[in-house]
Amino acid sequence: MEKRVVFRNKLLPYLLVAPQILITLVFFILPASQALYQSLLQGDAFGLSDTFAGLDNFIDIFTNDAYLHSIHVTVVFSFSVAGLAMSIALLLAVMADRVIKGATVYKTLIIWPYAVAPVVAGVLWFFLFNPTVGIVVIVLKALGYRWEHTLNGNQAMLLVIIAAAWREISYNFLFFLAGLQSIPKSLIEAAAIDGASPSRRFWTIAFPLLSPTTFFLIVVNIVYAFFDTFGVIHAITGGGPNYATDILVYKVYHDGFLNLDLGGSAAQSVILMIVVILLTVIQFRYIERKVHY
Amino acid sequence: MVEHRPWLTFLTHATLLLGMVIVIFPIYVTFVASTHTLEEIATRFPLLPGSHLVENYIKALSLGPRDVGSTVGQMMLNSLIMALGITFGKIFISLLAAFAIVYFRFRFRLFFFWLIFITLMLPVEVRILPTYKVAADLKILNSYTGLILPLIASATATFLFRQFFMTVPDELCEAVRIDGGGPIRFFFDILLPMSRTSIAALFVILFIYGWNQYLWPLLITSQESYYTVLIGIKRMLDVGEGQAEWHIIMASTMLAMIPPVLVVIFMQKQFIRGMTETEK
Repeated sequence: MEKRVVFRNKLLPYLLVAPQILITLVFFILPASQALYQSLLQGDAFGLSDTFAGLDNFIDIFTNDAYLHSIHVTVVFSFSVAGLAMSIALLLAVMADRVIKGATVYKTLIIWPYAVAPVVAGVLWFFLFNPTVGIVVIVLKALGYRWEHTLNGNQAMLLVIIAAAWREISYNFLFFLAGLQSIPKSLIEAAAIDGASPSRRFWTIAFPLLSPTTFFLIVVNIVYAFFDTFGVIHAITGGGPNYATDILVYKVYHDGFLNLDLGGSAAQSVILMIVVILLTVIQFRYIERKVHY
Repeated sequence: MVEHRPWLTFLTHATLLLGMVIVIFPIYVTFVASTHTLEEIATRFPLLPGSHLVENYIKALSLGPRDVGSTVGQMMLNSLIMALGITFGKIFISLLAAFAIVYFRFRFRLFFFWLIFITLMLPVEVRILPTYKVAADLKILNSYTGLILPLIASATATFLFRQFFMTVPDELCEAVRIDGGGPIRFFFDILLPMSRTSIAALFVILFIYGWNQYLWPLLITSQESYYTVLIGIKRMLDVGEGQAEWHIIMASTMLAMIPPVLVVIFMQKQFIRGMTETEK
């Protein structure tokens, strides 16, 4: 789509796009190309000289058990976060869609965790499950269950999944609710007249019609779990215990910023960029986010 | 509702209430902890708010927690400067860029458009080290410029404004030209006032985005005076073997949540609009 009516001016348009383009070049394109360049180099032990290493860094990464482990951790983490957040959100959205009285109150109270930063979500759940003062741990102990997420990798994983999913419920809830509300009431009423029960109406009418929303949300949730949950991991586990929650984004930070493995970290960055590009393309190309029939 | 089923209505409300309890529970516990002394929290966890609310919050705001070297008041101010800087910066440069792309024909127009699109694919998380290096070379580590500038490029905002500008009738633009007005006048007299609702919706989303930035400030701030409140809270937790000052940490956490949550609650309509209109 193009505008028919435009202004004629030689210099002005360049001045107008200049700030955005400059910042993009300096802080996005330059670092990204440096990462690409670095990922092909191998520094010596003293950081004095770099030699061209071709794809060695990438081969190293994909033959490195720690990295393969991190991929596995990330996949488990992302799908669990997406699954948990989406199923709770869908349940609440279906319920909220039925409610007539008090719908706004419910909505307001359910959506605001979106405003809570991932790192704060991490701190909140870290406090609830803190081995010495956490109230949930105290209750679990009274029930005879030992909670030690600082030692037990599975418990640590569970905790970061809960914290990350908790924050994402509100986003999914809003989209599911919007999707449900755009389903024509006549369809539901016709099914009701035919004697279909509420659950049957949901599974045979509402759920299939929600599928565009559902697919859109799956991608968004995976992107969130991949890239926006650094704060959750950093606050709760720091990737531990014994790398049980070492997701890819955390590993890039850890290897590059704390262990100063420049080539390796750059190669990891490049891999992550490819993942984001793929996910973005999927989101834009194959997923129509508007609900239509 | 299609038919009358009392038990189902009951179940509906019960589920929603349960959902709300799950959503609110962590915040409630945090609030309770922020109103007690450390001894009360550590010995037997209280279920109801205590009497030390004012004391804890004032201590956090003015004295600050042990070992962080900055007060929560100062850190909140830093967060606010960063969040507002990012918000207005993004809105400003995106408005200009979208205006140029929609209302002018110039060489490299599509190239610029795609360049902006690419920023969507490169979040800070995937280019940590090189971006840090660029910031270090520009000597903007430990500065407000460093906290704000690298984060203000925005494909999302540019696209949103572009989409909106496309719906503005051409007649308005023609009218301004017939009156002898140029692009600048059209922008300020017509386009900007018409974009108010889009700007408000973006403001909510971007303010939350800016306030909640964590990784980037973590990388580039090493001086306490530039810590944002989220960095400060994480620092308070890093006490090693010592006992964390939970009452102060929880008071700070509550304080850190207040600005974005207030924005969401009081600008709910714009928030929902912003969320459903911005692609991602």
